[in-house]
Amino acid sequence: MNLVAALFAVDPCGLGGVALRASAGQPRDQWLALLNKILPAGTPQRRIPLNINDAALLGGLDLGATLGAGRPIAQQGVLAHADGGVVLLAMAERVPLGTAARLAAVLDTQIVAIERDGLALKLPARLGVVALDEGIADDEQVPSALLDRLAFLVRLKAAGPDDDDADWQAKDIAFARELLPRITVSDDIVQALCAAALALGVYSLRAPIFAMKAARCAAALDGLLEVTEDHTALAARLVLAPRATQLPSAQADNEEQPPQEPGDEQDDKKNDQPKDQQDEQQQNQEQEKQEDKAQDQPDPPPDELPPNNEQDIRNSEALAESVLDAAQAAIPDGLLAALQLGQAAKARAQAAGRSGAVQKSQTRGRPMGARRGEPRAGARLNVIETLRAAAPWQKLRQLQSERQNPIPRDAKHEHQHKHLHKRIYVRREDFHVTRFKQVGQTTTLFVVDASGSSALNRLAEAKGAVELLLADCYVRRDHVAVLAFRGKTAELLLPPTRSLARAKRSLGGLPGGGGTPLATAIDVARELAEQIRRRGETPIIVLLTDGRGNIGRDGSPGRVAATEDAMAAARQLRAAGFTALLIDTSNQPQQAAQLLATQMGAAYVPLPHAGAQAVSRVVQLASAAAR
Amino acid sequence: MAISFPFSAIVGQDEMKLAILIAAVDPAIGGILVFGDRGTGKSTAVRALAALLPKMRAVMGCAYNSDPAHPFVADGAEASKTPLKSHLISVPVVDLPLGATEDRVVGALDLERALSQGVKAFEPGLLARANRGFLYIDEVNLLEDHLVDLLIDVAASGENVVEREGLSLRHPARFVLVGSGNPEEGELRPQLLDRFGLSVEVKTPTDLAGRVEVVKRRDAFEHDPVAFIEQWKKEDEKIRKRIVAGRTRLDAVRISDAARERAAQLCMALGTDGLRGDLTLIRAARAYAALQGDDAITDEHFKRIAAPALRHRLRRNPLDDSGSTVRVDRAVAELMGA
Repeated sequence: MNLVAALFAVDPCGLGGVALRASAGQPRDQWLALLNKILPAGTPQRRIPLNINDAALLGGLDLGATLGAGRPIAQQGVLAHADGGVVLLAMAERVPLGTAARLAAVLDTQIVAIERDGLALKLPARLGVVALDEGIADDEQVPSALLDRLAFLVRLKAAGPDDDDADWQAKDIAFARELLPRITVSDDIVQALCAAALALGVYSLRAPIFAMKAARCAAALDGLLEVTEDHTALAARLVLAPRATQLPSAQADNEEQPPQEPGDEQDDKKNDQPKDQQDEQQQNQEQEKQEDKAQDQPDPPPDELPPNNEQDIRNSEALAESVLDAAQAAIPDGLLAALQLGQAAKARAQAAGRSGAVQKSQTRGRPMGARRGEPRAGARLNVIETLRAAAPWQKLRQLQSERQNPIPRDAKHEHQHKHLHKRIYVRREDFHVTRFKQVGQTTTLFVVDASGSSALNRLAEAKGAVELLLADCYVRRDHVAVLAFRGKTAELLLPPTRSLARAKRSLGGLPGGGGTPLATAIDVARELAEQIRRRGETPIIVLLTDGRGNIGRDGSPGRVAATEDAMAAARQLRAAGFTALLIDTSNQPQQAAQLLATQMGAAYVPLPHAGAQAVSRVVQLASAAAR
Repeated sequence: MAISFPFSAIVGQDEMKLAILIAAVDPAIGGILVFGDRGTGKSTAVRALAALLPKMRAVMGCAYNSDPAHPFVADGAEASKTPLKSHLISVPVVDLPLGATEDRVVGALDLERALSQGVKAFEPGLLARANRGFLYIDEVNLLEDHLVDLLIDVAASGENVVEREGLSLRHPARFVLVGSGNPEEGELRPQLLDRFGLSVEVKTPTDLAGRVEVVKRRDAFEHDPVAFIEQWKKEDEKIRKRIVAGRTRLDAVRISDAARERAAQLCMALGTDGLRGDLTLIRAARAYAALQGDDAITDEHFKRIAAPALRHRLRRNPLDDSGSTVRVDRAVAELMGA
């Protein structure tokens, strides 16, 4: 990995940076020390702490200097200070999206655009980023907006002997930097890198561009004026491989089958016919390759042949092949599996509580910065920010107030005069209030099957569970709602509430029996859940049913149509991304219910003769997971 | 970046380019939202605009880029009796960077003059600078809420009302709002979404030849920007002429009752909320027809423009995995034939 440091040092700005995934410790320190050593003397290096504020990151008004000088003095932020050098982003896996986006903008434009505190400035910021990623779990990731703009994604292991441990010197880098502008890249190489990126499922166009630049830096380090195949392979290995989302089809095997378009394939089909898929995919790939090839080329026989058997293949094709091989060999073990898992989990997690889980509040939660506003409606005044906002205006306000209330020159009033000068003029527009980030409240929505004979049972269980939950969750300030369905409709028995008394009253009498309008119930539940989400709370849907609907969406009876409708409604619910739980209340676990749960993306819990206790326990577990 | 990548050198992304040209022909279209994959040249296209657009005439020294034909006169000020001097300026394409503070967006008391001279003067902000031009927000979905509120208001009224630090004034702020972002990072408030006339989805190209071309052009540009721009100058000039021709033709494009009906049918079929969909659809079709040099709006124009004009106005239907683009296309095909 020393080579990555060297490549990066040759062209920090062009390559964007390095995402260095490693825990704090010796390997990382060594790597950073090496980078420090080989960067030309005097290269600015700045560290960006987590939760840096905009004033420090981008720049703003230098209050002290402004007050002293009597005119606005700008203060540069970390990014402008690092122009021509490198910034280290600490704990990059926890960097907020906003900070990542600001960094991304700077990497794109190489300019820090400041529109703050009455200042409008554009300062040069040609820099590279070293994102120190200490994430361990797969879902701890550097924001992808930032990753996309860094050429190298590196996972540092504890001192690996397999690594290149070439010792680079500052003079190597200086030499390479001089060479860099003159290095040429042939079209074949560009083509090969683009083809490799595509074959690996690396779709962002920044990746092949970075790969090309990395190849150029590698050539420069070798003291060559032209990028060779080795450099290209190296670039593919370092830049493209870590971003792979699929294996090139020729060698793909079942387990690492690339993720298809979501919803494209049923899960169960996947194992039945992998071979077909594979062939098909491969054909596509071949077709793509073919487009750029001479027409008279014979179709290369699929996959079995190693590249060296294909003698009549043109040079560029061979190059593309070897570049791809190099990249493929470098794909870290388990990356793809992890990736697929991670993506699925991420999609769910994101959808499950995007606006509900984290919301801005004026009164409670963890403070997250301040904004201009008046301390009304319970918002808390942020004294420091308010004073900061007021500070630049003091002189002006003093002048104004003196003009309005002229001070007599009388010596007797000397004392009062002094007193006046000491006053700080704070006006309404200076007020800043603290913003808080609050963990969202959850609303548990019970959807109870009140049809058929077991209706009364189920209702009683639900009622018991609601009461238990309400008794328990008062502390957490969560809400509970109950929706019952029977006949042709679903009825909101209990709108979201926190009141135990009200719950007891509303759940009193509901006649059971009749058809099972499962689809309608799921639709109504989804709409309600969306309302709840819009309010900024996280809905959890708990469906108590045996999963056997017999009334369709349009209210007409018929089991087949009703089941189809219910499945469609379930898929819709899944797409909306709510946390859901299906409690199967039939005496024997039903396949229908299980299938419905899968379609809904819900956890399936068979609880025959579920007691209120059991239901409430399961729901609590689910809501803890949803948090 | 002082020099931006030439617009004509952007490979593919036809829908995005078309949307931008339509807004250049008819700024009343109400903004463009560009949502999609990373590394597809979203911001490159927008930043290329400044160099692409034909210059416009503005009152000299006017902070709001006033049109000499209708100069902006502040409340309480006297209109100048002598004719105002005017000059040609580039159409402003103003970047609203994340981390901008409210005072710079709306404008505020001029700090420099306040501190050094004790004078209360208004220093116009980004909204003033963007008047008659474009206001670009990259990563628009990460914009601070209070700035979003502000933009929603100004974008609707075309006027910026400043009430702060003892200042009280209003000035024109008509601009094409251009937002770009990645939907994975968060959704947009529906109210802001609605302010965008056109919404474009960009995807990374998956054809090898196109991708190779992108990489090559980018590299050539970075290696020698000046030469690269020189190389594409003619192409940019062609587009510029097309925009100018489109603008002259715009008012002459006929909108038949049949075309209006078509637009209404399409919106009804898709169940879009409100009338804004209808209006935008017709406006966009008209601008597109003008760009193409046509005299009247036909189905062909609607077909091309329906997706960007309507896809962000559909009611959510999470069941449709196909997404809103396909739904619009389907409705168009049903109504007008493939």
